[in-house]
Amino acid sequence: MRIGTARSSYRHDEALFDSRTQHAWLAILAVALIGFPFLADEYWLYLACLVAINIASTTGLNILTGYTGLVSLGQAAFMGIGAYTVAALEQKLGAPVLLNLLAGGFVAMLGGLVVGLPSLRVKGLYLAIATIAASVVLHFVFANWHAVTGGHAGITLVPAEILGLSFDTSFRLYWLFVPITILMVAGAANLFRTRIGRAFIAIRDRDISAEVLGIPLLRYKLLSFGLSSFYAGVAGGMWAYFFRVVTPESFPLILSIFFLAAVIVGGMGTILGAILGAVFMTMVPEALKLVVGWLPLSADATLILSPVRTIVFGVLIVGFLVFEPLGLQEIWRRIRRFFHLWPFRA
Amino acid sequence: MHPGKASPILEVEGLTLSFGGIKALTDVGFEVAPGSITTVIGPNGAGKTSLFNTISGFYKPSVGRIRFQGADITATRPPERARLGLARSFQNIALFRGMTVLDNIKLGRHAHLRTNVFDALVYFGRARHEEMKLREEIEERIIDFLEIDHIRHMPVSVLSYGLQKRVEMARALAMRPKVLMLDEPVAGMNREETEDMARFILDVREEWGVTVLMVEHDMGMVMDLSDHVVVLNFGQVIADGTPAEVQADPEVIKAYLGSGEVSELRQRLHQALAVEA
Ligand SMILES: Nc1ncnc2c1ncn2[C@@H]1O[C@H](COP(=O)(O)OP(=O)(O)O)[C@@H](O)[C@H]1O
Ligand SMILES: [Mg+2]
Repeated sequence: MRIGTARSSYRHDEALFDSRTQHAWLAILAVALIGFPFLADEYWLYLACLVAINIASTTGLNILTGYTGLVSLGQAAFMGIGAYTVAALEQKLGAPVLLNLLAGGFVAMLGGLVVGLPSLRVKGLYLAIATIAASVVLHFVFANWHAVTGGHAGITLVPAEILGLSFDTSFRLYWLFVPITILMVAGAANLFRTRIGRAFIAIRDRDISAEVLGIPLLRYKLLSFGLSSFYAGVAGGMWAYFFRVVTPESFPLILSIFFLAAVIVGGMGTILGAILGAVFMTMVPEALKLVVGWLPLSADATLILSPVRTIVFGVLIVGFLVFEPLGLQEIWRRIRRFFHLWPFRA
Repeated sequence: MHPGKASPILEVEGLTLSFGGIKALTDVGFEVAPGSITTVIGPNGAGKTSLFNTISGFYKPSVGRIRFQGADITATRPPERARLGLARSFQNIALFRGMTVLDNIKLGRHAHLRTNVFDALVYFGRARHEEMKLREEIEERIIDFLEIDHIRHMPVSVLSYGLQKRVEMARALAMRPKVLMLDEPVAGMNREETEDMARFILDVREEWGVTVLMVEHDMGMVMDLSDHVVVLNFGQVIADGTPAEVQADPEVIKAYLGSGEVSELRQRLHQALAVEA
């Protein structure tokens, strides 16, 4: 153990990244993130933006499902709230981009609290069911509240603009999305260094004894759900600026399953897990497209893509829950340990 | 320490609790003097754990009152009771097994910290300051005191039963309790661990000025440590007094000790405990 009893060593011990090696890797990651857009082509830049959006949303769901132990199937619908909020503010007021994104987060959070307040009072799967119901209701609202959402046709946005600079390409959006996502991930990591994050984990692991320690269960479950919806809202806002058209069909239930799969596949209740899970799950449909393209099919390949994708998501969720419940982050740790000891031990 | 002199820190009055048809507690009443070590004894199934659960707020009594520092807390929710200064450990250990020892102990302080969600997200200013102070205090006051330096970064799940009991006590101490409730603190421990725990309980009272209310089966320990003993049988208080008074009480001898030898009884209790654990 590195720890002594001097005060400075506690500070060291409580830091997020405490070793020289970790700092070195962090520097390499920063260089890679900065260099990437200059080397990647349009397709990879498009994927990078999508990955950033998905990491933000998955990290939010991970706070709720991975760390607090509450399952939600409404993450996509709350992204929808964020996307519509941003689109409407942009279209009707032309408000500043960052303000719109924040507003998207807060409105989605309000939506989360409205759904959570009745359903979090009861233990068990009520939240999961309530969030499915909320998804259906929200879809109806998106499709029918013409004055704000534009009905089935949806809302088309002009490119985001900050200080006269138009974010109209993936290359430019990369520089907007990646820093926002990094801030959101860092925020989540910080959360779990404090009493708030510890309370979430305590509720997940044993909510009876959490109460005896002075943690009011309902308040903290709501807080976790609110945070997770906030993350979804901001991610949805970025989504709106990325695709520039928001319709009721943009945020289907399968997308909520996608995020749940990302949390499970990556590794529940770890920061790295949500990142790995989001990256992996974003690549899965792309890989499927490739595979389906190679197959000698007589019918239109895109027709079978959607059901195949649903099946693959399901298989991934069940497969990881059964064979690797700690997810990709555990596999990553094992690989790292291997190279750490290599070549002395295999 | 003479119970009954100063006004009691904890008062239980006429508690009655039923599960369906079973009466777990009937008209239970006693007082806990500040600074005392008060022990509740009684055969298995007497209602001791149910009494603890009622005092910490899990069970609602159908009749009766609980007063803490003079204030009626019968209707107060468990988290608020914790904040007021009631801390407890559980008969079958309720630690967060995946977390490290340190994180478990930190959780004890939850109700006394002020960090809000915005502080937490940026981890700057208040959050950072508070976490550092917490860490320092836990290291200096609790980890040193309970001699658990060597395990602070270990997950609880890998620890021996005796060490887990000690960590649970550490977490309860982090709550800055006024009354520390321990449900069978030495059950399942070997002789050495039992002696360590007895020493910690005495030190907590002396050095921290904490009042201790415990449930215990180990008669040697009960008689050595307690200022005041309450005897439960079938959910009723059948005796209440100093260890010497209780030991001499014919009701207790009849109901609790039965007709057998004390040593035989002790053996029986240990067997029963082994089954429970
Ligand atoms: N949650 C519960 N539901 C139903 N019966 C219970 C419950 N908890 C305790 N009891 C019953 O109450 C009685 C007292 O149990 P308990 O308080 O655990 O005794 P002790 O701790 O003295 O061994 C027992 O008859 C037990 O079966
Ligand atoms: Mg018991």
